[in-house]
Amino acid sequence: MSEFFWIGNTTSEGKELSLTIEKPGILTTIQDLGRTRYRRFGINPGGVMDRTAVRSINILLGNDENEAVLEMHFPAAQIQFGSDVIFALGGAEFGAELDGVPVETWRPVFAAANSRLSFGRKNSGSRTYLAVKGGFKLEHWLESASTNLAAVTGGFEGRKLMTGDRLEPRQSYEKPPRNIFHVRISPSLLPLYSSFPTVRIIAGAEFERLSAASQVLLKDQDFLISNASDRMGFRLLGEPISLAKPLELLSSAVDFGTIQLLPDGQLIVLMADHQTTGGYPRLAHVISRDLPLLAQLGANDKVAFHLVDATHAEELALEFERDLDLLRVGCQYNRR
Amino acid sequence: MNDESIRIFPLGDSALTVEFGNAISPELNRKAIALADHIEKNPFPGLVESVPAYASTTIFFDLLKVRRSFAEYPTAFEAVKKCVRDLIADLAVSPNIDPRLVEIPVAFDRKSDFDLGYIAEEHGLTIDEVIEIFKSKTYRVYMLGFLPGFSYMGEVDERIATPRKQTPRTLVPKGSIGIAGRQTGIYSLASPGGWQIIGRTEVEMFTPDAARPTYLQAGDEVRFVSV
Repeated sequence: MSEFFWIGNTTSEGKELSLTIEKPGILTTIQDLGRTRYRRFGINPGGVMDRTAVRSINILLGNDENEAVLEMHFPAAQIQFGSDVIFALGGAEFGAELDGVPVETWRPVFAAANSRLSFGRKNSGSRTYLAVKGGFKLEHWLESASTNLAAVTGGFEGRKLMTGDRLEPRQSYEKPPRNIFHVRISPSLLPLYSSFPTVRIIAGAEFERLSAASQVLLKDQDFLISNASDRMGFRLLGEPISLAKPLELLSSAVDFGTIQLLPDGQLIVLMADHQTTGGYPRLAHVISRDLPLLAQLGANDKVAFHLVDATHAEELALEFERDLDLLRVGCQYNRR
Repeated sequence: MNDESIRIFPLGDSALTVEFGNAISPELNRKAIALADHIEKNPFPGLVESVPAYASTTIFFDLLKVRRSFAEYPTAFEAVKKCVRDLIADLAVSPNIDPRLVEIPVAFDRKSDFDLGYIAEEHGLTIDEVIEIFKSKTYRVYMLGFLPGFSYMGEVDERIATPRKQTPRTLVPKGSIGIAGRQTGIYSLASPGGWQIIGRTEVEMFTPDAARPTYLQAGDEVRFVSV
């Protein structure tokens, strides 16, 4: 996207471009939309948990949608900007403050050199994202900047960020002379985030193998997200579910959003860092449109599922793409 | 190739799986690999990647690109299914006449906390007999999965086939060779895992910065030799 308005400098009068992690937070990693094309080697895609949040704030800043961001959990990082930066936050609401002044999510924010971003309170959601305008200078591994913690590669040295780590924004941005910071992502575009969402699913290959009672249980009960949940998968606690007859399956590819039945009758939903293959029954798949709702849940949140057909799932995904197109157009317009 | 027993089903709204059967067999696996390769060489608009497994191939696609390129189909799933059906029809499965044969040196854990002793005891064999039976076979790499570069190989001789451990280890060292039923595999990275561990190799199964990051690929044949 071309620049009509915001002025970018790569050197900014000799000032060093940097963003320093003063406190690392519990799990802060560099992620983009993931590393595709290497699943056949057992290399999982990884990437951000909440793709909608990240695509939206990248579009808002005029970045490529796949630009790498910081994914933070609560407690989140404390960050010092070493140079003038324009950034945006999206996803969870962690009570962000810039030098003590509250900053909103879903809109561009100007941070002057030496200002400090901190997060004080977990208001809603479980993962917040920080994107900077122009992106970060990062080496890519297999075409992606996503951190693969298990393989200790990708992102920032293949690990979560620690105190003293310094990231380098590609460009420095002066504060625009005209106030354009009223630009905001409309709440109507955003998922209906909640700590107890209803998430739409489509049937998986083994859904029909469930006993009739278990099919109802999958659709009608509320599940609790167990504290054994992380970026790899969410364990769901509920009344046990069972197959009508035992079934031996060979391992095959699985995906972000695949809901598997474990031998103890509980469910696991595979999340961004899922393994490439699995051999448990595939009961259902969370539709792409609703993955962000799930991605913002944490331990002790609840979720219910609503079964839709595959055609409807596709329509919902396409509808969201059309909304994002409008956001793209809107962001370009506002920049002129 | 045309086969009535092929099953095609959605894996979510952005992928579908072609299932050739539900058995560990070189023949089904050759079909899975051949289809994955064939798709990569003849990509349809919107293809993301194809992933062969034991007896299936999963095709990941960009829903939006598929819908834009195949407007005449009601859904992306139907469009990709048609592309895949066409590719299957003209797929000539080479009988894998010349698979790559890879020799992997192993230090067997004769005296350690690992599982050779357990396997020997379970089957009424000596540790040396277990090792000899294990080494006597040539294994096929059916698929990579679980970890970057982790190879699922088969089939382990019935006489030493052993189910996974009841409680997985919290940390299996990198390079460990394990048995799970009639499968064997090499832990490319240190990881939690439940396979019965019999030895270790120094060969790097996963090298992130190499042009080809994994040492083995699906379709390879492997022999284990003692160091």
